[in-house]
Amino acid sequence: MARLGMVIDTRRCVGCMDCVVACKTENQTPDGMNRDWITYATKGRYPDLSMTIRSERCNHCDNPPCVTCCPTGASHVHEWGGVVLVTKGECIGCKACLASCPYDARYVHPEGYADKCTFCIHRVEKGQDPACVSVCPTHCMHFGDLDDPESEVSRLLAARKHHAVLPEAGTKPRIFYLE
Amino acid sequence: MSPAFSEFVSTAHSPATDPHLHVWGWEIPVYLFLGGFTAGIMVLSGWALWKGRKNPRPHTTFALASSGLFLLGLATISLGMLALFLDLGHKAYVWRLYLTVEPWSPMSWGAWILLLVYPVLAAGVLLDPPKALLRYVPALRPVVGWMDGRPAVRHTVGFVSIVTGVALGIYTGILLSALGARPLWSSGLLGPLFLVSGLSTAAAFAHWASPEPEERVQLAWLDNLFLTIELGTIGLLLIGLLTSTEAHAEAARLLLGGPYTAVFWVGVVFMGILLPLVIQSLAVTHRIIHTPIAPILVMLGGLALRFVIVSAGQLSHWPRLS
Repeated sequence: MARLGMVIDTRRCVGCMDCVVACKTENQTPDGMNRDWITYATKGRYPDLSMTIRSERCNHCDNPPCVTCCPTGASHVHEWGGVVLVTKGECIGCKACLASCPYDARYVHPEGYADKCTFCIHRVEKGQDPACVSVCPTHCMHFGDLDDPESEVSRLLAARKHHAVLPEAGTKPRIFYLE
Repeated sequence: MSPAFSEFVSTAHSPATDPHLHVWGWEIPVYLFLGGFTAGIMVLSGWALWKGRKNPRPHTTFALASSGLFLLGLATISLGMLALFLDLGHKAYVWRLYLTVEPWSPMSWGAWILLLVYPVLAAGVLLDPPKALLRYVPALRPVVGWMDGRPAVRHTVGFVSIVTGVALGIYTGILLSALGARPLWSSGLLGPLFLVSGLSTAAAFAHWASPEPEERVQLAWLDNLFLTIELGTIGLLLIGLLTSTEAHAEAARLLLGGPYTAVFWVGVVFMGILLPLVIQSLAVTHRIIHTPIAPILVMLGGLALRFVIVSAGQLSHWPRLS
């Protein structure tokens, strides 16, 4: 069984937000709500400052608190690829999943159900990359099976130093950032 | 040398800039308060029923608890569930809660506990039903007649009421503490804290409403005990957070110098716990008369506690600069 994940090269990402626009276009997310976003972290002592730009979204965690806290089972792990999804016809809009996510990756859709990144599962099932990955002009984003040692994402993780966001939260995120 | 610089900028939408993205508004604190209050009623009334079996004067020991409080509990839990329903984003799908049991979801447990609360409260009402109820629903008379005069039934209803009340009260806290992404809520002490706060508000109400002087003194003593335990639990909660990770210590500082300091220490601790503790101590030692002031303060303090914990908890986050 595949274990889908994403690897993003922070040395290549320029924060152009093409991924954000592509997601919004592909998934028709409502005004004022996005499934992905850009963060800029600057650290150091002037003039020796360093900036890391990250394209962030739901981390499709291996230990997803949004799934365990869901009272109806609407939040679930997809049988193929381990993608974390929401069945909108089962979601009551209680917002426990919003409160449980350390990445604040979810929002309540105006229709009332919890919504989030799906890794564009509708594209992935057709053999395509997620919309954000497919449009990246610097090719900083890579998508594939983390359990396949021959996949591009596995090879990148084996070769490069990398980190995940908030691993200390214990959620085992599946999006990794190359340093 | 220039100072260390650390800045984090995000294009993500946030409740700080987009209020429509907030997680929980007024509905959840109100629901948690009414749920805790109902839990307190169930434990107190259940204890009165249980104790009443061996007591030759069952109707004079917590008279209010064994008659009217169950009916009030039905009203308060219904209001609480209404507040919860109003909070739901996808209201038409609320029935989905009862098509599954999610063992790792406290909210799923809560949904089933709430379903159990109704028959227990209804059984409590039928043990000593208001005359108007039997007049309008005569079909209940055989049930009431069967229950009447059977001490074992009173005893059983009392025991089940205590167990269900404790489960309900603890659940209102565990609901939050299971959400580890909000460090302020990441403490198992929230369960006991909300339970003892619910017991305190129920005892305060019964103290206020009881027609019997002896019972009022007993309830005021009991409420003082609950308030003291509540104060100690708050202290342990803060110590636990302050001695945990930086994220948890930062969350505690929301109440210790941060934006919720004034409302927490003045509204919850002073007005809701310390002041009524002093007033009720003077009343039970017959230095002042019993007034509704202390019970009202306790109930408002219990409501304020839920508002502060729910609101401040949503503000607490794991640091994102890692």
